[in-house]
Amino acid sequence: MKNRYLVGLIAFGALAVAAYSQSQDAIVLKLTGGEKKKIALPDFRATGAAGALVEAFNKTVFEDIQQSGLFDMAAKSFYPLNPPQQEADLRAGQATCAGRCLSDWAGTPVSAGYLGFGYAAEQGGQFVAFGHLYNTAVADLAGAKVFRKLYNAPLSEEGARKAGHEYAADILAQFGAASLVGSKIYFVSDRTGRGNKEIWVMDFDGSNQSRVTSFNSITTMPAISPDGRRLAFTTYAKGQPQIMLYSTETSRFINFLNPQASMNATPSFTPDGQSILFSSTISGFSQIYIANQSGGGMKRLSNSRSIEMEAKVNPKTGTEMIFVSGRGGLQQIYRMSLDGADVVRLTNGEGEASNPAWHPDGQHIAFAWTRGYSPGNWNVFLMDVASRETVQLTHGEGKNENPTWAPDGRHLVFSSNRSGRSQIYSMLANGTEVKQLTTQGGNWMPVWSK
Amino acid sequence: MKQRHIALTLLATSLLVFAVGCKKKTPIVQPPPPTPTAPAPKAEKGPAAVINSFTAEPSTILRGESSTLKWSVANATEVTIDNGIGRVPATGSRQVSPTGNTTYRMMAKGDGGDAISAASVAVTTAPPPPPPPPAPKATISERMARDVQDVFFDYDKMEVREDARATLQRNADGIKSILNDFPSAVISLEGHCDERGSAEYNLGLGDRRATSVREFLSQIGIPAERLKTISYGKEKPFCSESTEDCYSKNRRVHFVGVQ
Repeated sequence: MKNRYLVGLIAFGALAVAAYSQSQDAIVLKLTGGEKKKIALPDFRATGAAGALVEAFNKTVFEDIQQSGLFDMAAKSFYPLNPPQQEADLRAGQATCAGRCLSDWAGTPVSAGYLGFGYAAEQGGQFVAFGHLYNTAVADLAGAKVFRKLYNAPLSEEGARKAGHEYAADILAQFGAASLVGSKIYFVSDRTGRGNKEIWVMDFDGSNQSRVTSFNSITTMPAISPDGRRLAFTTYAKGQPQIMLYSTETSRFINFLNPQASMNATPSFTPDGQSILFSSTISGFSQIYIANQSGGGMKRLSNSRSIEMEAKVNPKTGTEMIFVSGRGGLQQIYRMSLDGADVVRLTNGEGEASNPAWHPDGQHIAFAWTRGYSPGNWNVFLMDVASRETVQLTHGEGKNENPTWAPDGRHLVFSSNRSGRSQIYSMLANGTEVKQLTTQGGNWMPVWSK
Repeated sequence: MKQRHIALTLLATSLLVFAVGCKKKTPIVQPPPPTPTAPAPKAEKGPAAVINSFTAEPSTILRGESSTLKWSVANATEVTIDNGIGRVPATGSRQVSPTGNTTYRMMAKGDGGDAISAASVAVTTAPPPPPPPPAPKATISERMARDVQDVFFDYDKMEVREDARATLQRNADGIKSILNDFPSAVISLEGHCDERGSAEYNLGLGDRRATSVREFLSQIGIPAERLKTISYGKEKPFCSESTEDCYSKNRRVHFVGVQ
């Protein structure tokens, strides 16, 4: 009797665990896609001036495809020795041909469902890559061909990388994945020293890092408008923390009429890009307000005697917001209608929760949580807002904070001090494909722009 | 010389008497009146006293210092100096420390006459020193560092702790006096947090801590308009280690005087 009860309890426990991990998988599957396809990407070869650049091309293609999370990368050591370079190299109908048959790639040990191949050359002073993608499961060569395309770029390493990004983007587009090529990441860095923090920007893969602000002050907490044309941030440039706007098109600062308060901070844009949510201490407590882009038409949204920061409007509905509040004690994430009704706490009260960021689908959020760890030890979590189910993506490798979504909704960028000082990392929304993007100084609070 | 002259006179007189006696009877002539006896030369009388020198060196002294009287006298039987010095040898020196301007008179008595001389010692006092330079005025930041202490908070708390109340009471005295001495200054209340909470939330928390202190100080009489709050959240930690000791030092309101 007692034993049976115990067995039942264990069985129930096992079921619960299974259900829990299933729900976790469900969230990740929803966000990162189903079963991965396997792809083989033999290196392109090139001669002459293109020969020195083709390695940058190959590396770019491989990384973009790998980090998309859509594919398993076939192990290069299994590749046949003689991969095709052009369509004419392919043979059909033979059992094995040392790489020239699609069956060489489809069969073990490579077991790749797709094969990307090609070559690069210098032509007319340009770097030209001829890229192909074949479906190895189709016997007929014409039917197996997914696409082939010429890529022209300047004859430089930068040009070779550009061609690589374009080729990778075309491969990903075949599987419905938006390319991140051309997207930018804004972040905070102290690499200029003297205790100052400035806003910086880089390409999605960490290249082309350049400084946006130079106030020689503490300038932090960037937010980007949905169209990528406006940047908002918090700066001490004029003494007390205030909000400032910046046009990414004209590289000019735009005045924002800060209300009279000791602190105006953590701005974010509404989905239409026309209004700014921010926190202000007008009332004596940091509370959430909304105003238009010039700071006019200000209205108070939250009403408590507690600290409330980081308000973000749902990008799909535009009618509700998530924010961080200390109204119940330690900081937790709440949701509320923009009219102030229907306040709900989303995190369960364990630990401290912060840095909420809406997924573009308006149904999931990424955030930082100390649940299961001592105070200050943040990890990145995802939550399905409707069910409150959560998935933990980092597991105590330092402090992991400020996750925000890539425009493709499949990647996240966040900061972590796992390697010493805080740096920016990108990863797939299932916690894999973690890539460090910064190395100089300390770097924080990344936001991914179109 | 004088003695010789007297001797000759006597001889001449006696010869005249003799010559008159040997002459023939002549009518008796009234003898001339005796020559008046020259004042008897005092046989015991020696030469007169002579003061060769009598000086005071230096002749001007600061009160409390001394001057040396030096003298040299000849033919004196007795040499005295007044002002309580009395009898002194014919040649000598003496240190004197008069408290005011003094003229020392020397009297040298000699058989043949006395001599007098004087030496003066002027006594001066040092002029008063210039008034002490005004004590260098402490800068506002020195005054703040000396008289106003940070107050500390519990984790995630904005309420002024019991021990912080006592500190704030003491700070209030310092702040009042500083605001008095620096009439255009304001006190900036900087709210700080430890590194564990999120940077964003800590910005709100630091502001709240500074505001709590401002409210407390204004209730005990510091004009609120001269207290300004600024939150640094966890942007400017006092201490950078990840230890509770360090965390507790970073959860604070720091006071800065702004001119």
